[in-house]
Amino acid sequence: MQQSLPGTRNVARLLRWGNRRLSDTIFRGITILLVLFVVAIVAGVAWILISNSMPAIQKFGFRFLTNQAFDPVHNVFGVGPAIFGTLVTSAFAILFAIPIGVGTAIFLVDFCPRPIQSPLAFIVELLAAVPSVIYGLFGFLVLAPWLQGSAEPWLQKYLGFLPFFQGAFHGLSLFTAGVILVIMVLPLITSVSREVILTTPTTQREALLALGATRWEVIRHAVLPYSRIGITGGVILALGRALGETMAVTMVVGNQASPISPGLFNSGYTLASVIANQFNEATPGLFFSAVIEAGLLVFIITLITNIIARVLIYRMGHRVGGLAT
Amino acid sequence: MSITVEQQQPTANPFQAPRTAHNARRRISNIAIVALSLLATAFAVAVLLFLLLYVLRAGLPYINLDLFTKIPTPNGEPGGGLANSIQGSLILVGLASLFGIPLGLFTGIYLSEFGGRGPIATGVRFLVDVLTGIPTIIFGLFAWIFIVVPQQSFSGLAGGVALGIIMIPIVARTSEVVLRLVPNELREASLALGATESRTILRVVIPSARNGIITGIVLAMARVAGETAPLLMTAFGNPFFNSDITQPMDALPLRIFNFAESPYQAQINQAYAGSLVLIVLILITSFAIRWATGGFKHGGR
Repeated sequence: MQQSLPGTRNVARLLRWGNRRLSDTIFRGITILLVLFVVAIVAGVAWILISNSMPAIQKFGFRFLTNQAFDPVHNVFGVGPAIFGTLVTSAFAILFAIPIGVGTAIFLVDFCPRPIQSPLAFIVELLAAVPSVIYGLFGFLVLAPWLQGSAEPWLQKYLGFLPFFQGAFHGLSLFTAGVILVIMVLPLITSVSREVILTTPTTQREALLALGATRWEVIRHAVLPYSRIGITGGVILALGRALGETMAVTMVVGNQASPISPGLFNSGYTLASVIANQFNEATPGLFFSAVIEAGLLVFIITLITNIIARVLIYRMGHRVGGLAT
Repeated sequence: MSITVEQQQPTANPFQAPRTAHNARRRISNIAIVALSLLATAFAVAVLLFLLLYVLRAGLPYINLDLFTKIPTPNGEPGGGLANSIQGSLILVGLASLFGIPLGLFTGIYLSEFGGRGPIATGVRFLVDVLTGIPTIIFGLFAWIFIVVPQQSFSGLAGGVALGIIMIPIVARTSEVVLRLVPNELREASLALGATESRTILRVVIPSARNGIITGIVLAMARVAGETAPLLMTAFGNPFFNSDITQPMDALPLRIFNFAESPYQAQINQAYAGSLVLIVLILITSFAIRWATGGFKHGGR
């Protein structure tokens, strides 16, 4: 990536910078102190989440993951339905965002007229700049009523034999949350895919074109195999976003611990929406601790997905930046 | 005796692929992929346009002077405004900047100027990248436990701290990237003239990367200005003007959230108006950043 090592330190080394001035020591000291402070904040976040969820962890153990509800009356807490809802909405979002997102990236790089390529990519990235509360507002006031009144009955009429589309229609449902999430993670997948597709060596494209391949065959046999790892990284990054999205999902998912069933039209819960809904009622003690443990779970899940995603993207020799990521 | 001239095959273009069934299939799948990818792009663009136009149509009639000068009316009576929310948002973003910008900037300086490719710098860099993907409500929880619970009061300070932590990785990453773009010759020239390391960084390297660093800071401020989740349990919201950071404070996204689910049409209208204000603000910063980084000049590969 980089040809030479930039940075003052390396230049200074080059000059055999021996005895440092006092001002340098102070400046370097301040910088390192602040970096340590940042690292300490991250460690502090992890430590505070773990230590405050200890009471709930000790009381419930792994049953916390399967217990059905937040029940302060009987002092039993669990996130079973929330984990189910989180997985369903995220899986739904990723399933539909992958073809649309990667398709958009392919169009932008390979088929789009050159002058509008960059502006179009910018417009797609703007989707990521819209605050999530506005997606929530739109989902709550516009999308949910429309889905309940039109889309859900239509789906049931024609695809009702599938277990996903059975049951009563709810506007505030796992389905609505999934649809909103598709839109929200789309720009992430598009922008990462576009960046890695752009790195496919021109020689590989030209070689296939010279053999008489069509544009699609070039994509299929040169571009996609080359950028597969990076695109996977982008998809996992998007998965992390979907798993942890709070506001938009909380506003449209219904926030009811429904029984686990394949029906997408049911109201549901997600881990992040449990936190947003319960923190205000949390009385000190087990209830408080259970809310924090839900947060700890979100933290661990998104930490793992993000670590995997970044490792994959690094392997492409890339550090994706920009509005969307 | 006549010579029969063989009927010549009409080979118009030797580069044209022969018209076999196999090639027809290839051509059709090629066209199908172009069409499908065009459709995907059209979907993404249409969603954005629909969202923007819808918020514009629903919010524009309720944009008036009162929105920026008055506080919400009780019980959804018509009139009133979101002035306290806008004031709160400004204070919160200011607090966050106070806290997030130095930490982010110095992390960027460390990564670019001191860290190089050593294991510690690699670790910090990885941490910064991973941090950008952690849901923001987690930092809200942190500030809640750390500040709100001991103080026994929701506060603007807690909100500012949560937003500040969210700013750190954004500022750190952009400033590292732009500092790395500063040519090494500049550093060498400065050191060769006898300037100290700290003077070189402060007087030569940072000024050369100033525009990029400012871009990163503006980007981070725009990002946290739209954050809601971490403010739920920290700043909490407040229907009145408040500039005391130890007390609950309103923020524009929080007000939009509360009014969106309101039973009163007047409040829903104001939620749309507030959303429009927020979207316009974010669109302006996004375009400004793109213009400042020269994104409109060179396109493509």
